[in-house]
Amino acid sequence: MDIIYTIWLRNIKRYLRSKSRIVGSLGMPLFFMLVLGFGLNSVVQIPDTGQGYFEFIIPGIVAMSVLFTSVFSGIQIIWDKQFGFLKETLVAPVSRLEIMLGQTFGGASTAFIQGLIILVLSLFIGLSLSSAAGFVIAFLFMVLIGIAFTAFGIAIASRMEDMHGFQLIMNFVIFPIFGLSGALFPISSLPAWVQPLTLLDPLTYGVEGIRYGLTGASQINPVVSFIVLTAFSGLMTVAGAWLFRKMSI
Amino acid sequence: MGAYRCALPARNATADSSPHSTIHSPHNTQGILPMPAISAENLTKNFDDFVAVDSISFAIDEGEIFGLLGPNGAGKTTTISMLSTMLKPTAGKATVNGCDILDQEDGVRKSIGIVFQDQSLDEELTAYENMDFHGRLYRIPGEQRKEKIGELLALVGLEDRRHDLVKTYSGGMRRRLEIARGLLHEPKVLFLDEPTLGLDPQTRNHLWEYIERLNREKGITIILTTHYMDEADRLCDRVAIIDHGTIIAMDTSQALKNQIGGDVVIVESPDPDAAADVLNAPWVANIERRDGSVVLSMQDAEHHIPEIVTDLHRHDIAITSLSVHNPTLEDVFLHFTGRSIREETASGMETMRMFHQRMRR
Ligand SMILES: Nc1ncnc2c1ncn2[C@@H]1O[C@H](COP(=O)(O)OP(=O)(O)O)[C@@H](O)[C@H]1O
Ligand SMILES: [Mg+2]
Repeated sequence: MDIIYTIWLRNIKRYLRSKSRIVGSLGMPLFFMLVLGFGLNSVVQIPDTGQGYFEFIIPGIVAMSVLFTSVFSGIQIIWDKQFGFLKETLVAPVSRLEIMLGQTFGGASTAFIQGLIILVLSLFIGLSLSSAAGFVIAFLFMVLIGIAFTAFGIAIASRMEDMHGFQLIMNFVIFPIFGLSGALFPISSLPAWVQPLTLLDPLTYGVEGIRYGLTGASQINPVVSFIVLTAFSGLMTVAGAWLFRKMSI
Repeated sequence: MGAYRCALPARNATADSSPHSTIHSPHNTQGILPMPAISAENLTKNFDDFVAVDSISFAIDEGEIFGLLGPNGAGKTTTISMLSTMLKPTAGKATVNGCDILDQEDGVRKSIGIVFQDQSLDEELTAYENMDFHGRLYRIPGEQRKEKIGELLALVGLEDRRHDLVKTYSGGMRRRLEIARGLLHEPKVLFLDEPTLGLDPQTRNHLWEYIERLNREKGITIILTTHYMDEADRLCDRVAIIDHGTIIAMDTSQALKNQIGGDVVIVESPDPDAAADVLNAPWVANIERRDGSVVLSMQDAEHHIPEIVTDLHRHDIAITSLSVHNPTLEDVFLHFTGRSIREETASGMETMRMFHQRMRR
C-alpha cells in the first residue's frame, strides 16, 4: 500500500506541477463543448428525451477528457523508460504489480481531476445541477474510465520502445473509441450497422453512466453500464499488470 | 536495514553433505563464514547471436573497491545489469551479499545501491522529493527517512538546493544526488557505472574523494566501472580489465603493472622494425611495435637508456624521440589487448550520448 501511494504521489505531484499540460488538455474538450454544444444546441434536439444538445453532449465531453488524460498518463511510462527513471523504480525491492497499480491510480486520479474541471466549467456555462447523488454516480463512472484507460495506456507503453507509436494509437484506437462511444450522438439515432460497434465500445458504458448521473436519463441501464465498465477496468488492469511485468528495459 | 544479508547461497547448502548442519542457522552465518560481497561464476549474456558478456567469473570481498575497466562496449554495464537483477543472465550464476541474483532478487535489491550509467532522476521533482521517493520505495520509516535525507544531501553538498527542481541542476549536481540517493537505504554493496562520466576534472576528484570516504567509513563494498584508467588506479583495491565480454586480467593495479615487466620505454624511430630487432636484448622483458614506435618494458629503465641509445646509434638507426615512464593501467591494457583503450574518443562519444539524452527532454 505504501508503495502504491508513493508512485501515486509522484504522479499527482508531477501533474499539479505541469500547469501548461493541465490547461493545454482542456483545449479540445472546451472546443467541443463550445462549438458543438452551443453551435448545435438550437438545431438539434435529442429524440427520446427532448434534451437540448448542450446538455446531451456534456457527459460525452467529460468522458472524452478523462479518456485522453488517462491514456496519456499510462503511456507516460515510456518517458520514464527513456529518461531512465523507470530503472530507479524497477531496481527497488518492490513488486511490479505495486508499481503498476500506483501508476494506474495516479493516472486515474489526474484524469478524474481533468474531467472534474470540465464538469465544473460546464456548470458555469449552463449545465444545471440535478442531484448530488447523480454527481456521485457520474464521479464513479469517471474514475472507472480513468482506471480502465490508464491501465490500457500502461499496457500499450509496455510494448512500445518509444513515443513514435503514440500518434498511431491515438488515431487508430483512441479516436475511434471516442467517436463510436455515443458521446456525440444518441445511440438510437445511429445507423443500424454502427450500433453493434457502439455497444462493443467500452467507453459507451462510461458515457452512458455519466449521462445518467448528470441528466437522469440514459439509453443503457446504469446498472448494466456499471457492470460492463467495472469488468472492463478489471480486465485492463490485469492485462496492463501482466504486460508491465513482462516488459524489459 | 544495513545489516541485511541473505542466508547462505543455495550452492553452498547443497554442497554440504549434511542437510541439517547447524552452520546454516542465521545467527552463525555472519562473521564465522566469510562470504564474498559478490561472486560471479561463468556469468554470460547474449543479445541474440552477440555475446556481450562471455562467461566471466570473479569474487569481490566485503569492503573492497573493485574496478571494472574496459573500452566502450566491453560489457561492463551488462555485467552490472545482471548483478543488479535488471537483466537475466543467459548462463552462469552470481550472488550479491549472499543472495542469488536469480532466486533471491528481492534480497539482492535490498542489499544494493546503484548509480546507473545514464541519468535516472525525475527532473520534475526536487532533490528532496527524489530522495523521499527512493526512501519510501525502500520502506524507510518517516522520521528516519527525513533525517537520513538531510544528512546525505549535506554530505554531497546539495543541502541548500534541496527544494530546487532537478532540471535546474548541473551534471555534477545530478551525479552527486544520484550517489546520495543510492546510499539512502544503507546498501551493503554500491554499484557505480561510470559515475564521473562527462564531469569536469574538479568535480570528478571531489566525487572520488567522497566515494573513498564512504568505503573507508561505512565499509561499503564498491564496484565501479570507468574508462578513466588513472582514476581506477588511484582508487581501486583491485581491477578487472574486461574486453569483448571477457576478463583478460584481474589483480591489484600494482600487480598488473608488474606483469608488464617494469618501466615502459618508448622509442620513436623512422625505422621501427629495425629498431625493434636491435633492441631485442635479454634485459628487455617485453617488446612491442606500436604505430611508428617500439615499446619496451624493462626493470631499471634509467640505467639502460645509454645502452639503448648507443646500440641504435651503432646500427645507424635514427631516434626521433625516447621516453621513459612508470607503467600505467593504460600500458597494462595495451599489453593485454594490443590496443589502446582510447580514452578520448570513447569518453567523447559517451558524453555526446548523454548530452543527446538530455537534449531530448
Ligand atoms: N539491450 C541490448 N541489446 C543488444 N545489444 C546490447 C544491449 N545492451 C548492450 N548491448 C551490446 O552489448 C555490448 C556491451 O555493452 P555494455 O555492457 O553497455 O558495454 P560497456 O558498458 O562496457 O560500454 C555492446 O556491444 C552493446 O552494443
Ligand atoms: Mg557502460
